[in-house]
Amino acid sequence: MKPPGPNNPDESPGVPGFRTWRGVYFFVFGVFVVVVALLALFSGWFA
Amino acid sequence: MNTLDWIVLLVTMVGIAAYGAWHTRHTDHLDTYLKGSKTTKWGTIGISVMATQASAITFLSIPGQGFESGIGFVQNYFGLPLALIIICAVFLPIYRQLGVYTAYEYLGKRFDAKTRLLAAGLFLLQRGFAAGITIYAPAIILATVLGWRLDVTIISTGLLVIIYTVTGGSEAVNLTQKWQMGIIFAGMVTAFIILISRLPDGLGFSGAAHIAGAMGKLQAVDFSLDPHKRYTLWTGIFGGLFLSLSYFGTDQSQVQRYIGGAAMREGRLGLMFNALLKIPMQFFILLLGALVFVFYQFEPAPVFFNRVEWSQHASGTNSATFHAIDEKFAALHATKQEMIKTWLAARDHHRPDEPAARVAMTNALAQSEAVRVEARAALTAADPRAQTKDSDYVFIGFILEQFPHGAIGLLIAVMIAAALGSKAGELNALGTTTTIDLWRHFRPARRPRRGAQCPRRQMVHRALGLRRHRLCPLRRLFRKLDRSHQYHRFTFLRRGAGNFPCGLLP
Repeated sequence: MKPPGPNNPDESPGVPGFRTWRGVYFFVFGVFVVVVALLALFSGWFA
Repeated sequence: MNTLDWIVLLVTMVGIAAYGAWHTRHTDHLDTYLKGSKTTKWGTIGISVMATQASAITFLSIPGQGFESGIGFVQNYFGLPLALIIICAVFLPIYRQLGVYTAYEYLGKRFDAKTRLLAAGLFLLQRGFAAGITIYAPAIILATVLGWRLDVTIISTGLLVIIYTVTGGSEAVNLTQKWQMGIIFAGMVTAFIILISRLPDGLGFSGAAHIAGAMGKLQAVDFSLDPHKRYTLWTGIFGGLFLSLSYFGTDQSQVQRYIGGAAMREGRLGLMFNALLKIPMQFFILLLGALVFVFYQFEPAPVFFNRVEWSQHASGTNSATFHAIDEKFAALHATKQEMIKTWLAARDHHRPDEPAARVAMTNALAQSEAVRVEARAALTAADPRAQTKDSDYVFIGFILEQFPHGAIGLLIAVMIAAALGSKAGELNALGTTTTIDLWRHFRPARRPRRGAQCPRRQMVHRALGLRRHRLCPLRRLFRKLDRSHQYHRFTFLRRGAGNFPCGLLP
């Protein structure tokens, strides 16, 4: 059996503001970067 | 705990279990029983994934970790959002296209039956042990501090989870986890509000956070490349990525939560929900621990937070040693309090002696911590088998001492709800894997007549097997394992996860 390929990442996720799943993933990754930056700022502020 | 606490605890726990069992009592279709309802939405899937991962130990030990070592442990979760993105993009579409019930079925289709059996067998072995700890570890702590009987605590919580999990399968698990997470969120917010209200007048969250920060408890991100440091940004991202890929991508207790649902979109959004919320949630729980630390800088704190263990030995033959340690700690605690007040005054008035006051305060903390180490050494000297890790008892001790009645019941319900939620997910996965990967493989001729009866029976067998091993003479082994709540993630969890990426190769 050949490995089944992942679905097309450009299909619509049905989430307002996002046209592709790729967009959702980039958004989640962006939020992750912002959260880490905020945590670093939090550490620095209260150090 | 008084009558009000018992009412809150029993009504929430038994009510949720009864609701789950009643609502899903007619679940007879195998597909619904194993994958949940076809109409399950992303919110339910997301909460179910979260509830399966968050065990009672999360709410008992992680505040203790925040108390003892600060909030740096949050970095352990930095790889999780990245892993969930990979799972959404690669793993989930494969599972959905193949229409599998278990992650190990994919290995059977991609490679052969032996690979599938090996992976399923490893899962059953390690998850079976881990599922025992899911109830056994918090039961030890709750039984110790509340004076409950350990066997009754284990059996009653175990029976409760068996009843609704066996009755409704995945659908009951999803349904009850939603309510259990509601209780957990309500309890944690209540704990935060009460904790802030118990801080000294005029201190507030900001003042408490500055004290915790000055004492090194709020170092959330460490960019150090030192390989000897356990929690850094890099270990969190790289270690956490592979850890999360293994757990969320190949562990049936998680895979089963998101492969069902109305469409693949629901599973994907459920996972993205976790990718967004998990780090803030863990941060919040660790922050509670750091704030409890600040609280105990202004209130009399015990030298050893497992008070039952301490008082047992303090009244024994070495009582003079234990009392001397108690007195030394109390004296240092008073000195430390003065140092903190001096530092706060210097900081608030921007006085030039602020750096010196900060050094004096951290030195006082170090001396106080040295006495805590001395207390552990005294315990070990008195009894080499004594439990010397007390951080798991910090948060529960704080709840029992400081919370009003009713809120105590709610917070104990949080611990038990978390235990039931993760236990239900594990039990459901163990039953499914036993049925689909083992039973159907070795008894293929009997497949057509079974329906949901077979997984139902396998779940009971698995659960009763776990009851036995929790109560067996291996108790001391589990007690040791309990001391490191992360043990299973770093040891047993490394089962056949490597097989899955191999399957993606052409």
